[in-house]
Amino acid sequence: MTTMLRQADPAAQTVPGPGGTVPEAPSRLPRIAGAVAALAVLAVPLYSSPYWVQTFTATAIYAAVALGVSLLLGRVGMVSLCQFALLAVGAWIALRIGYGLDLPFLLVVLLAGLLTGLVGVLVGLPALRLSGLYLALITLMAAAGVTVVLAATQFPNGGDGVLGFSNTAAGTSQLARPSFATSDGAFYVLTLLIVGALFGLVVWQLRGKAGRAWAAIRQSEATAVAAGVSVVRYKLWAFALAAFITGAAGALLAASGGGVTTYQFPTENNILLLAACLMGGVYGLWGSVVAAVFVKVVPALLQVWGIPSDVLLIAFGVGVIQTVLVSPQGAAAQLGHDLSRLARRLSRGGAR
Amino acid sequence: MTEVRIEGLTVRYGGVVPLDGVDLTIDGGAWGLIGPNGAGKTTFFNVLSGFARPAEGRITVDGEDLLSMRPHARARWGLRRTFQTEQAIRELTVADNVRLGYEHGRRGGAGEAVAAALDFVGLADQPHRLVGSLDMRGRRLVELARAVVGSPRLVLLDEPAAGLPDQESEELGALIRAVPERLGATVLLVDHDMALVSACCEKLAVLDFGRLVATGPTAEVLQDPLVLAAYLGTTEEVA
Repeated sequence: MTTMLRQADPAAQTVPGPGGTVPEAPSRLPRIAGAVAALAVLAVPLYSSPYWVQTFTATAIYAAVALGVSLLLGRVGMVSLCQFALLAVGAWIALRIGYGLDLPFLLVVLLAGLLTGLVGVLVGLPALRLSGLYLALITLMAAAGVTVVLAATQFPNGGDGVLGFSNTAAGTSQLARPSFATSDGAFYVLTLLIVGALFGLVVWQLRGKAGRAWAAIRQSEATAVAAGVSVVRYKLWAFALAAFITGAAGALLAASGGGVTTYQFPTENNILLLAACLMGGVYGLWGSVVAAVFVKVVPALLQVWGIPSDVLLIAFGVGVIQTVLVSPQGAAAQLGHDLSRLARRLSRGGAR
Repeated sequence: MTEVRIEGLTVRYGGVVPLDGVDLTIDGGAWGLIGPNGAGKTTFFNVLSGFARPAEGRITVDGEDLLSMRPHARARWGLRRTFQTEQAIRELTVADNVRLGYEHGRRGGAGEAVAAALDFVGLADQPHRLVGSLDMRGRRLVELARAVVGSPRLVLLDEPAAGLPDQESEELGALIRAVPERLGATVLLVDHDMALVSACCEKLAVLDFGRLVATGPTAEVLQDPLVLAAYLGTTEEVA
């Protein structure tokens, strides 16, 4: 009996080489390319103008926001259209804590994440009963509600104290940066480190008990329940974790160049963010980085080139159609496949 | 072994009554639950595992009231099941699929339990293989391993051999027979493959239009004229 599967499909464990049965050594090209790209990203402040340093800082922040969307959609199968609104909530909490309490910056980021996580749990409650389009609509309505509250309270209003209000406060507010990262370049590196830690947190969860439970829920809730998984707990945990990441990102956004304003978080941006995440790929972590590039770097390039930003809406629409039809795994996965294919071709050429 | 006592179990969906006053005592070992399509077999499984609520009736397992437990709590208690449609999780490895069935509601011991379950089904040599790369029999074995990992008390198998050719179905049958013997769990098997059911199960319960029409040792039940007429559509003895 124990031989039943040993005989099954042995080829599935090895990749046949181009000339026959000799397994092909995995190419190093994607890793080398990744290392070069990582160095280039870290060194941005050394060779870029302040405009691009701020743009890449925002890109890192939005990579964390996209990570939240991808975690919910790609790993658990839940569509959330309020992550952009939760970004505003995180920024608001961070600013209010910044106004009212003299806490270290990293603690403010942590608190913003934790409190936004609680809000995320509230937003996630409908997910216990709803899924698909209905959940998307409910979360979009929650996002619209946040937008209304932001306008009504003249968010982020610089009044004194945690809940203070000032009629004369400026329209834009910025969270004080830590003393060791006051310059844009230093804050960029700090942002990368914090966002890297947030990605690490998600990877840790995905590789553990929660990741297995989410995989089961995504495939079938009945399967998850039959394995003893508390679907309620793990769905809420996914919402809380996604909101925590987004809230922490909100705190970073509040301290980034230019700060935040009342009308920076329109409801429709939640849909644009989802479109960008779909294009980047929601099933892998790199998809979130690509999505952030779509959301921040591409508009910045359009601005530099003098192209109206409305073009982006059309491009995103076409991009989503292209993703659904041609590359459902998203641009990041497609890029990985293309790099691997290129590496194989190069190695074949070298062997000849 | 686990004893399941079912009394007056009735399920109603509006005017449809898929289970109608079923009384049955499953006293350990491997049991088969057979009946024509629409007889209420899957509904019976769904009630046991908590996916459907009965309108009336009582189920006790080793004296505990099963219906008072939430569905995931039943699984943690030791009531495991597989599904008609194969549900191994493709994006996880073989070992992670099995670990999923162990780690909720327990602390420690996962490594040994997973290894034992994989050894039981014959997958001990490929724990790190992605389930998506397995063929149907491999995925069915992963499902079975997930259902028997740890110390299951009652294992519900809903057409576990669906999609498998005869030889593989026979091999799976040998594994199912070994569940009560080696793991001490009670097995309840639903399958249309009478050869598999006959080979695996010491006792049978027969449902027809939601009613229990026969119960007892497999050989006796398969010769029951009522069963032959209701389920097999013939009065000739099953080979």
